[in-house]
Amino acid sequence: MDFIDFIISLFTDYTTRTIGMGTAVLGIASGTLGAFTVLRKQSLLGDAIAHASLPGIALAFLITGIKNPFVFFVGAALSGWLATLWIMSIVNNTRIKSDAALGVVLAVFFGVGLVLLTYIQKLPNANQAGLETFLFGQAATLIKEDVIIMLVITIFSLLCIFMLWKEFKLVTFDPQFARSIGYKTNLLDFILNTLIVLAIVLGLQTVGVVLMSALLIAPAAAARQWTDKLGRMVVLSAIFGALSGLAGTAISSTGAKISTGPTIVLSAVFIVFISFMFAPRRGLIAKAVQRGKNRHRLALNKIFQSMYEICKNHDNPGHKHSLAILKTLPEFNKRTVRVLQEKDLISIDKKRDWCLTAKGLKKIEEMTDNEN
Amino acid sequence: MSTPQIEIQIIASLVALACAIPGVFLVLRKMAMISDAISHAILPGIVVGFILTNSINSPLLIVLAALTGVLTVTVVELISKTRLVKEDAAIGLVFPALFSIGVILISKGVGNIHLDTDSVLLGELAFAPFDRLVVSGVDIGPKSAWVMGAILIINLLFTLVFFKELKISTFDPGLAKSLGFVPVILNYALMSTVSITTVGAFDAVGAILVVAFMIAPAATAYLITDRLKIMIFLAALIGVIAAISGYWMARFLDASIAGSMATMCGIIFLFVFLTGSKRGIISVIRRKYKQKFEFAQMTLVMHIENHSGENDDINERRKIHLKDHFGWDEKFIDKVAHLSVTSKLLEINDNVFSITYKGKQFVDAANSLVTARYHPGFAVLRKEFSIFAG
Repeated sequence: MDFIDFIISLFTDYTTRTIGMGTAVLGIASGTLGAFTVLRKQSLLGDAIAHASLPGIALAFLITGIKNPFVFFVGAALSGWLATLWIMSIVNNTRIKSDAALGVVLAVFFGVGLVLLTYIQKLPNANQAGLETFLFGQAATLIKEDVIIMLVITIFSLLCIFMLWKEFKLVTFDPQFARSIGYKTNLLDFILNTLIVLAIVLGLQTVGVVLMSALLIAPAAAARQWTDKLGRMVVLSAIFGALSGLAGTAISSTGAKISTGPTIVLSAVFIVFISFMFAPRRGLIAKAVQRGKNRHRLALNKIFQSMYEICKNHDNPGHKHSLAILKTLPEFNKRTVRVLQEKDLISIDKKRDWCLTAKGLKKIEEMTDNEN
Repeated sequence: MSTPQIEIQIIASLVALACAIPGVFLVLRKMAMISDAISHAILPGIVVGFILTNSINSPLLIVLAALTGVLTVTVVELISKTRLVKEDAAIGLVFPALFSIGVILISKGVGNIHLDTDSVLLGELAFAPFDRLVVSGVDIGPKSAWVMGAILIINLLFTLVFFKELKISTFDPGLAKSLGFVPVILNYALMSTVSITTVGAFDAVGAILVVAFMIAPAATAYLITDRLKIMIFLAALIGVIAAISGYWMARFLDASIAGSMATMCGIIFLFVFLTGSKRGIISVIRRKYKQKFEFAQMTLVMHIENHSGENDDINERRKIHLKDHFGWDEKFIDKVAHLSVTSKLLEINDNVFSITYKGKQFVDAANSLVTARYHPGFAVLRKEFSIFAG
């Protein structure tokens, strides 16, 4: 019943409301932008950006000496953005592919971040928040000011996406075409990447460096299963993101001592799992059902056609044949025969002999006509 | 140098060597991010292994954790096979989920483990020399050195024995299949060595920096050479240099050893990326710049030759005309004109180009080169359709 307590305290308790707002807003931002990264096959870029923000946070503290979320935010965004540029430059100018470029930049930036953080920890004025907060996130440290920053940036991102909707849609699905009709695809890439960096940096305090990329990918991957329309996918993805944020925070706040990062990520992955399984049409269950239906239809067709082949050689179309001669066909079973009988395509007498009905013969004609 | 210092550098070098070998194949097979996924996903395996064995260096733990790594690869492949999401998204879903489970297991204190998520992620090389391997009462050195040494030998043996298979399946999977190799088995064998190496190394350098040692030296070597054997050798060398210089950087700054080593990997990569003789970004940009002018010069000389002699057309040879004809801007035209005149391919009088003897020779040579590369049948076609007639 802890979960219900959490829902109640969302409305009654100031702290819980702040945290709930924060994680929900974060979910919306990352869900919306995640839809684009997943469709652009840049899912792992988020992972690299998240790791790469670490040196920015450390440098921001080293330079300013103050522990202010906004300062951290700017530092993280700058270094995440620098990492993105480096990755693009490696991919565009060398033969190193994007996977290795991501790997190098991710690990190296993170390493530099570690050096800076451990260096800071040994400084005399080191009153920095624990490293743990940035690695795995702690929603409990969110205060009103943080949530306001998150809200402002999320609204800004949503506005950008709304205004550049057509352009983003085109560079996502057909960048070559976009370039050929004169869109500045480089500029659009740049804006989209900047928004992605912002969304990731927003989540560092809540979800943490290590797991933030999952919050970008999971809601979008789940939303993708329910629809083929970009608009619906983005909205669904935002909703899934907000839900994962809230659920994760709830679980974390009830089961003491767990960072919010892992619980939010597991909530999001749970939504993905449900979507993979139960989504209509694309879902695994729907697909299995569809496959079964197709197989059944093919089997019916095959058996029916074989029956016709047998009948064809007789002058009398009503000549009875034994069911036993069909047994060699792999598709032959009681069910297929029964369905054909129910459809009134064949008739079977008491001696278990069969022949095509008038309707069956007509059906065969239709089928052969269609083939021709 | 004290003994622990030397031992730390030996362990780090062993890690670098062991990582470099599978790393090269990961980079070449475009699977670099799999190592990132494995390095995170082994966490629950380590926790469960730790609960069962109560020791961080036990072989059983390494096997269990390595199995989690292979499991990750399997799950990623299963998900990509359903085509519900692309492979990169599948990677990005699976490893955070497994890692989250690991973090929760640790923070709930399952099995009362004294395992710190920080140290799993970041490693603590400074403590490695204090965990000694004692055989029948005799201290034979730090445990991690033996573990990493064993893993290095496994990787070396695997690469030596299956070098030909790895090479062919990496560069030409189709050929490998048609020759009767089983790419799936080879792939899983490679993933197993990546997993084992990651598990062995995480204790020393942490999960994230294993990625640095696997990918950065291999990517750096890939910028330098075209030969597989040299690439492996270079990756190993770069890894060891990064390990040792990183150690001294950490001593100097009094900062994280693993972080410093990753930083050194990055600095070496950046250096080669910028200055590399053939593939460095500076020479790539310079080459692209040079090629642009070379190509423009050739185009210009061809154009002038086309409009001199029999088909003389002074208007086509005017400098102003180039702006309309090629869409070049004036600065660019000046530069190309200057270059062509300096190389004595063209002459310019009253802003009208005319071709020199050298220029004409060049065009003839170039035309014969173009013709030589065509199928002989094209010669007939060319005549019939008067292509290249000018």
